Amino acid sequence: MLQAHKTPLPVLVLGWGNLSRGDDALGPLCVAALQGQFRDALSNSIEFLDDYQLQVEHTLDLLGRRQVLLIDACLDCAAPFEVRQPQPYPDHSYTSHALTPSALLQVFSDVHGQVAPATTMLAIRGESFELGQAMSPAAQTNLAAALIWAKAWLESAILQEPVSA
Amino acid sequence: MSFDLETAANPKGLRRVAIDPVSRVEGHGKVTLLLDDDNQVQQARLHIVEFRGFEKFIEGRPYWEVPVMVQRLCGICPVSHHLAASKAFDRIIGAMPITASAEAVRRLMHYGQMLQSHALHFFHLSSPDLLFGFDSPVAQRNIVGVVQANPEVAKKGILLRKFGQEIIRITSGKRVHGTGAVPGGINKLVTAAERDALKNELPLMLQWAQDSVDLAKQLHAQSEALYNQFGSFRSNLLSLVRSDGAMDLYDGVLRVRDANGMILFDGVSDQNYLELIEEEVRSWSYMKFPHLKSLGRELGWYRVGPLARVQNCDFIPSPLAEAERQEFVAWGKGGLVHASLAYHWARMIEMLHSVEVIGQLLDDPALLSGDLLTSGNRLRSGVGIIEAPRGTLIHDYDVGDDDLVTRCNLIVSTTHNNQAMNEAVRSVARDYLNGHEITEGLLNHIEVAIRAYDPCLSCATHALGQMPLDVVLLSSDGSVLDRVQKSSAGGLSRPTGNFFNENAL
Repeated sequence: MLQAHKTPLPVLVLGWGNLSRGDDALGPLCVAALQGQFRDALSNSIEFLDDYQLQVEHTLDLLGRRQVLLIDACLDCAAPFEVRQPQPYPDHSYTSHALTPSALLQVFSDVHGQVAPATTMLAIRGESFELGQAMSPAAQTNLAAALIWAKAWLESAILQEPVSA
Repeated sequence: MSFDLETAANPKGLRRVAIDPVSRVEGHGKVTLLLDDDNQVQQARLHIVEFRGFEKFIEGRPYWEVPVMVQRLCGICPVSHHLAASKAFDRIIGAMPITASAEAVRRLMHYGQMLQSHALHFFHLSSPDLLFGFDSPVAQRNIVGVVQANPEVAKKGILLRKFGQEIIRITSGKRVHGTGAVPGGINKLVTAAERDALKNELPLMLQWAQDSVDLAKQLHAQSEALYNQFGSFRSNLLSLVRSDGAMDLYDGVLRVRDANGMILFDGVSDQNYLELIEEEVRSWSYMKFPHLKSLGRELGWYRVGPLARVQNCDFIPSPLAEAERQEFVAWGKGGLVHASLAYHWARMIEMLHSVEVIGQLLDDPALLSGDLLTSGNRLRSGVGIIEAPRGTLIHDYDVGDDDLVTRCNLIVSTTHNNQAMNEAVRSVARDYLNGHEITEGLLNHIEVAIRAYDPCLSCATHALGQMPLDVVLLSSDGSVLDRVQKSSAGGLSRPTGNFFNENAL
């Protein structure tokens, strides 16, 4: 099958959002910054992915992982960011093309017949999401704080030790 | 083809039901239904309330940046924007035609895009409605419900989409924000290893695509009356076709059929689309209403997308899909198929065709070697038209001597189908809402009709916590009778307060 052509790295960082939609860029920009910081030998343990939206095929990206960090912009969380532990749940999440993290984990279990990997959600507070806008100053501040936490999470993940917010 | 129910004679005395925004439809669509005291629908409109301003976003940019930038307009079909823009700038830099290798790689990218988008549309967004019924419990009517009830169907959908995504990654260089197509050609070929990996998967994908057509046919056969009648109305059809009348989703000339199936216009060059089409602005929607110039707004509106393409072409140039097209045409019993739900069946025929074309392209040696780029005499303007998953996509640019884009006009498939989606809403409202209390299941009938056309009213924008569903029911005096909000996670709440706004009608 498509997903079996290589052995997946144990840690996955998956962020999503649109770079041209103001603070919606928080997810992919956070992934890009982390990728830059973990470009050395440690990166043999981590795969970095970004996409526009969380979709059903991302269940295939979760296969074979030990830990997963999901990163998205967030309107209903406290600044600068919130760390959540999404659990598999058959929520409706049909208000757009995008799945919620919980629905993704539920689809993973249903499709693959196994428990989803340990998944942490980094929700970074955003303020403005208009086309063509630059990232807001508040979101830039939130991103900087989130990066510090995410870097610590990744260092810990590589050592197979959880880290708390 | 009149606009019955578009505008009520006396809207102030009517009750308003709003579905805002339409769930599983990207962006901020809103449906308003004005009911009288007897629950008769007096006015039905699909509003597009988000102003997108894509053209202004593009103007002033260097032209070579645009094929990459426009991918950010849509998270579901970025490749279609990427290729339509590239085709327009091919003409501006005089790359007519592009090289055989460039065309082969671009076509492979495009048919991979068609495959992944059609799989998403059918399996993820629409199959919950089709498999469980429009009135089924909300908790079941989503992709998770499909997975639980039909794990093999859902798995095929996911893996078909993944196969298409893999083709995009190989041809464009990245999973998202790819740069594979550039003005004048492409920037990379396909390697033999990449081609072989795709070829290994092809037989299974072909079988699953055939299974998907069979599933769509089966759904139609099981509920023939429903599928023939739901959201059905007559319209013109517009699409690209190859010069010999074959289906071609990457390039061709414009053809229009009338509602009886007669060809009205044929062989219209993509560069002359403005001789065929004009756009009308209506005060109650940000989205324009295109129509055929010569027929005017009332007679000249048309549908685009799978339903139009499958019936507009004379044949499909791949054997399995052509056999399915003939069966589809036979369903019309000598006339065109006008049912909105037939979009799904046509969509699956196109998905099968896409897999067949991908197989043909993977045998083309031009994928692996040949010139990447060409150029010629520079022009100031260029138009690129492509058949995107949900319909005809037009990119039209002017570029100055300083290489900056000075004018940009985009007509996306959703805009072409604007009138048609409004007609579908009216048809469903007329058939299903008169004389009934408004329930979630009934409201979902409206959304089912829209989803048949296009789940993509806006383009990629979302964040956790956005996209609630807001349903407001008001009496003829404007007081709120009921209001239900559904969060992005599906939780329901009933806030109180008066939200009536006459300007929103």
